[in-house]
Amino acid sequence: MDHLNSYLILSAILLSLGLYTVVTRRNAVAILMGVELILNAANINFVAFSKFVTHSLDGHLISVFIIMLAAAEAAVALAIVLNLYNDRGHINVDEANALKQ
Amino acid sequence: MIKLALFILFLPLLSFGLQIFFGRRYEDKKGEWVSVGIQFVTLIMSLSMLAMMLSKYDPEFAIEVHRSWLDLGLFKIDLGIYIDNITIIMLNVVAIISSLVHLYSTAYMAGDVRYSRYFGFLGIFTFSMNGIVLSNSLFMIYMFWELVGLSSYLLIGHWWEKDSAANASKKAFITNRVGDIGMFTGMLIIATVLGTFNFQAIAERIHDGMWAANAGMLFGGIDPHKLLTIAGVLVFMGAVGKSAQFPLHVWLPDAMEGPTPVSALIHAATMVAAGVYLTVRIFPFLTADAMATIAFVGGFTALYAATVAITQNDIKKVLAYSTVSQLGYMIMALGTGAYVAGFFHLVTHAMFKGALFLASGSVIHAMHHSLHHLHDHETDAQDMRNMGGLRTKMPITFAVFMVTTAAISGIPLFSGFLSKDAILAGSWAYAANVHDGWLAHLHLAWILPVFGFGAAAITAFYMFRLIFMTFYGEAKKPKIFEHIQESPKVMTVPLIVLAVLSLFFMFTIPSLNPISDHGWFTHVVQSPESAVTTGPAFNLEHFEHALHAAHTPAMITSLVVAGLGILLSVLTYLLNKISAEKLATRLGALYRGSYNKWYMDEFYIHGIIRPFLKGCDAVGRFDLEYYDHYLINGWGRNAKRGSRGVGFADDLIVDGAVNFSGIIFQWLGWTLKFVQTGKIQNYLIYVLIGAALLFVVNVF
Repeated sequence: MDHLNSYLILSAILLSLGLYTVVTRRNAVAILMGVELILNAANINFVAFSKFVTHSLDGHLISVFIIMLAAAEAAVALAIVLNLYNDRGHINVDEANALKQ
Repeated sequence: MIKLALFILFLPLLSFGLQIFFGRRYEDKKGEWVSVGIQFVTLIMSLSMLAMMLSKYDPEFAIEVHRSWLDLGLFKIDLGIYIDNITIIMLNVVAIISSLVHLYSTAYMAGDVRYSRYFGFLGIFTFSMNGIVLSNSLFMIYMFWELVGLSSYLLIGHWWEKDSAANASKKAFITNRVGDIGMFTGMLIIATVLGTFNFQAIAERIHDGMWAANAGMLFGGIDPHKLLTIAGVLVFMGAVGKSAQFPLHVWLPDAMEGPTPVSALIHAATMVAAGVYLTVRIFPFLTADAMATIAFVGGFTALYAATVAITQNDIKKVLAYSTVSQLGYMIMALGTGAYVAGFFHLVTHAMFKGALFLASGSVIHAMHHSLHHLHDHETDAQDMRNMGGLRTKMPITFAVFMVTTAAISGIPLFSGFLSKDAILAGSWAYAANVHDGWLAHLHLAWILPVFGFGAAAITAFYMFRLIFMTFYGEAKKPKIFEHIQESPKVMTVPLIVLAVLSLFFMFTIPSLNPISDHGWFTHVVQSPESAVTTGPAFNLEHFEHALHAAHTPAMITSLVVAGLGILLSVLTYLLNKISAEKLATRLGALYRGSYNKWYMDEFYIHGIIRPFLKGCDAVGRFDLEYYDHYLINGWGRNAKRGSRGVGFADDLIVDGAVNFSGIIFQWLGWTLKFVQTGKIQNYLIYVLIGAALLFVVNVF
């Protein structure tokens, strides 16, 4: 398990799962979860590339930033979801289509 | 002198302005006296100019000032003032008659509906007449010529509520226009050849040969002498209109519709004399043929109008035809070369004819009063058949009438004798001695003395007929007669002044010989030499020689014919030895012809005006039915058809292309709008597909 490709495959699987979740789920909270998966797939890539290619701690550092950013993003997004719920009584993104033509 | 002349010119205009703008307000407050006052101021100025002239006593005296008015480079028009002895005498004639008429009108027109306006119009007339007199060029004379025409029009139509007055003013204006066209054309010919309108310059340039040099080149090789004849006769046409010469005389008798003082001022003494004045001014550049034409027109008019005057019953109509006849005398005199006599007669005639008209006005005024008193609105106040025996009721008017009738009939001791005699002697001299001009070539020159003496006899006859019918005999309408009274002083004083000015010594001082016209007048007014060098023209030396020989026989003949005329009149109308009615029936056709003015009005209406109107109608119909219908409307129809085709092409091709692109984009928009689902996830999928495509494109 100390080969770069294994990490990249894991990251790809996570990205795909995250994308799938984001595209298919109707629940806003579930979509947010998907987004977390995508972000963490990126984290894995950063850490893997810095461990196997550059042999530095730059990637780790950026991962920490991303985790922190994800937390902030989740706070904003959940606030939006909460407002959506207050407004409509559900958090179904399918029906939040007031911008449609 | 020039300043004085400018004052004389413009003061009457001031009077006009005051009366027009403020007159109405002061109508009941003696506002008219402002105009009368102004007129008397100009009279004093004119008299002072006359005094200056007499103190100089120089036949050659002349001054001229001019300013450029229109400068077109090669062609310049100057306006200016030219003063010589003739100008000064004319200014005095105008000022005397005008001021007396102003004074007279204050009584005659009292209570008139447009009282102040009447005085305003008298003002503008006097202004324009002075303008004619002071003009130094044909162009300026033409401007004032139209202005006097306008004021004449306004004053004839003063009582425009009457149809006859309105028509008479129109007739006067239009008839004058016919003459003015000729005058204008003649002016333009002269100005084209010589490049100037100025009288002095024209004479000088013709004399220096400029006419002979330029005329042929400018007018297609025409003989310069002929062209000069044509130009002279054309300019003279203006005089034919204004001075009521045959065949344009018809307006003057009708102009008697105006107030009588106006008839005295405009249609007897001054404006109608403007034509004679114009002929005086163009005299130096008339050719022998032009002069023959002028003499013939004048002579014929003199006789013709006199024959009409015999049978008229309207007192003003008689005087009107007599005016036409006397103007014919003046014109004839100028045509025969009797320049001094023509102008002399203008001046003497202005005085005695002015007086005659004002005196007839006095009679009419009295008649009106009497009729007004009787509440009679039917009887004609101007018809002599309603008068008779007035001499006891109106002694002053009668005396004035006698003096002035004696003057016009050519009785010694009165001014008319001197001037008329000079004219007749001139025509005699012309017939005996002049061999140039078409009249002489056709051996017709003796027709002029025949015209002249014939008219003299008839004039004496009808003037005494007028006197006898008006002032002698039984009163024909006793009721009216009872209420007749002499006119007030403001009316009789002008009459007396003019009657005194009709006495011979007013014009012959310092000489007091009643049968010779030698005196101050013939000294200061002397005939100019002809300036014409292109061919036969007036020869002063020859003419004066012939005049000397003709003087005595002409005088004797004129006395005899005048005496015959008076005798016949006395027998017919005073002593009733000859019955006028019987004479009229025996001379049936002649009488009817004369009574109906030889049918000149009918000739104009049926011979010219009606056919002309018909012609206008025909042209109008042609215009409407053919020109409009086929050409204009046809053009419109075709254009409509053509534009319909173009419109169709426009719709199909241009609009089609525009609409087609519109449709495409509409369709595109309609199609693509379905991509916009509003679902964020769909958009995400599009992003992924796009990213994947980019990836594929980049990698491969």
